[in-house]
Amino acid sequence: MAASLLDVLNLEVHYGGIAAVKGVSLAIEPGEMVCLIGANGAGKTTTLKALARMLPAQGEIHYRGERIDALPSHALIGRGLALVPEGRGVFSRLTIAENLAMGAYHRRDGEIAADLDRIHGLLPRLRERTSQLAGTLSGGEQQMLAIGRALMGRPKLLLLDEPSMGLAPLMVQKVFEVIRAVAAQGVTILLVEQNARLALEVCQRGYVMESGRITLADSSKALAADARVRAAYLGA
Amino acid sequence: MDIFLQQLINGLTLGSIYALVALGYTMVYGILGLINFAHGEVVMIGALSSLTFVRLLENSGLPGTLVLLIGLLLAALVCMTLGFAIERVAYRPLRSAPRLAPLITAIGVSIVLQQLAMLIWGRGYHSVPALLPAGRHEFLGASFTNVQVVIVVVAALTMVGLTLLVNRTRLGRAMRATAENPAIAGLMGVDADRIISLTFVIGSALAALAGVLVSANYGIAHYHMGFILGLKAFTAAVLGGIGNLAGAMVGGVLLGVIEALGAGYIGDLTGGVLGSHYQDVFAFFVLIVVLVFRPSGLMGEKVAERA
Repeated sequence: MAASLLDVLNLEVHYGGIAAVKGVSLAIEPGEMVCLIGANGAGKTTTLKALARMLPAQGEIHYRGERIDALPSHALIGRGLALVPEGRGVFSRLTIAENLAMGAYHRRDGEIAADLDRIHGLLPRLRERTSQLAGTLSGGEQQMLAIGRALMGRPKLLLLDEPSMGLAPLMVQKVFEVIRAVAAQGVTILLVEQNARLALEVCQRGYVMESGRITLADSSKALAADARVRAAYLGA
Repeated sequence: MDIFLQQLINGLTLGSIYALVALGYTMVYGILGLINFAHGEVVMIGALSSLTFVRLLENSGLPGTLVLLIGLLLAALVCMTLGFAIERVAYRPLRSAPRLAPLITAIGVSIVLQQLAMLIWGRGYHSVPALLPAGRHEFLGASFTNVQVVIVVVAALTMVGLTLLVNRTRLGRAMRATAENPAIAGLMGVDADRIISLTFVIGSALAALAGVLVSANYGIAHYHMGFILGLKAFTAAVLGGIGNLAGAMVGGVLLGVIEALGAGYIGDLTGGVLGSHYQDVFAFFVLIVVLVFRPSGLMGEKVAERA
């Protein structure tokens, strides 16, 4: 069990007196692409935020053999754990180049320029607009920027929160192409997604979350065939 | 015409100082959404502590300009420490409290600092020795002193430096990112607490500089000099659009000029009923007009977005 990249044991998050996450346990192996699906309000985003230490939580979070549940949020990216937040969270008053530079804020190595080139190759739209304010981008472009920014931090584990949210279908396809490309480069991904069909299509494995608990965990193929999942999330 | 030019020069001098102080208000507001009402007192502490250091060095035989410079540096250190401490003691514990609470501690800190200064430096007015080489220059019927030149030049250079720091450096980028969204900046590895501390420290260094310049300009310093200066600089920050650095600079200079011109012409305008000692009225008149017609300031963004 200690070999997993991420091991979460009994994670609990409370908002005031209300429990939003009620004892979630999950494990992710290096190189995997795993999704966490569920209805609106099931606690998916809260779980990710707790993993990124943006919310106070109980339970244990082991990441690469280290307990990170007492670390501050800003200590995580240096360890290779990045979150692309729900709603993208680009710095709208910074330029695209500055947003990408913020992604590499914690780095002191000499390969930042090379990574920037690589990310521009992956996301050519960003190269064309480096000096434009991020707030002027479309939603899809902002999502690309948010992913690119996270990649500038050289993450080993990328937490993606609802990357398809609010995007036109064509843009969703493009965003997921990028996510696939990122995974192909060896980055481990935990994807939270309301679009269960899409999530199960790209991920090898999935967890189903319902009102703060994980109710199902299986391979994507098995989940997509599961009658309960089909009825609740795939509309079949 | 010579009154106009003369008052323009005086206003520019005063306005540069307002701008330096206004930057301290606006930087803190930009990052925390908080008005640091104790900032004016930091200016006062800067002026008085530099005076103390200058007095200690006065008879050392060092050239006056060097004494002034050493006094300024030591005062800046005092103020930077003070700014750091104010944030730690008065604001950080209240980071998630309702917005009114830190406003009240700000006023509390302001009173404490004023009283502390009164205990240390007494209630009297201190004359500030003229350490720069004296000199007066004539220009199209108006005149200005070396001190005024130094004030405007030093303030301008400082503002250029700060602008470069904020817009061109890694630290400045982190400051702007934190101002926009501290939680997301945290995900990038930015320690928001550290950035906030640094913001207070930088603002306090500017306050120390402003304190030294303003006391050199008037030749006096006293324990309650920070109050009205702070209030005017705050007005300047609001005038320019609080949270906006360029706005604070423009607002400061503009306010200084408006005030000086107002003071120069108020006698003529009111047929001698009101004299130039009514100059403070203009700053607050401007504040009211701005709040009524352009609440977000000349260069400010929509206020509604910041909850």
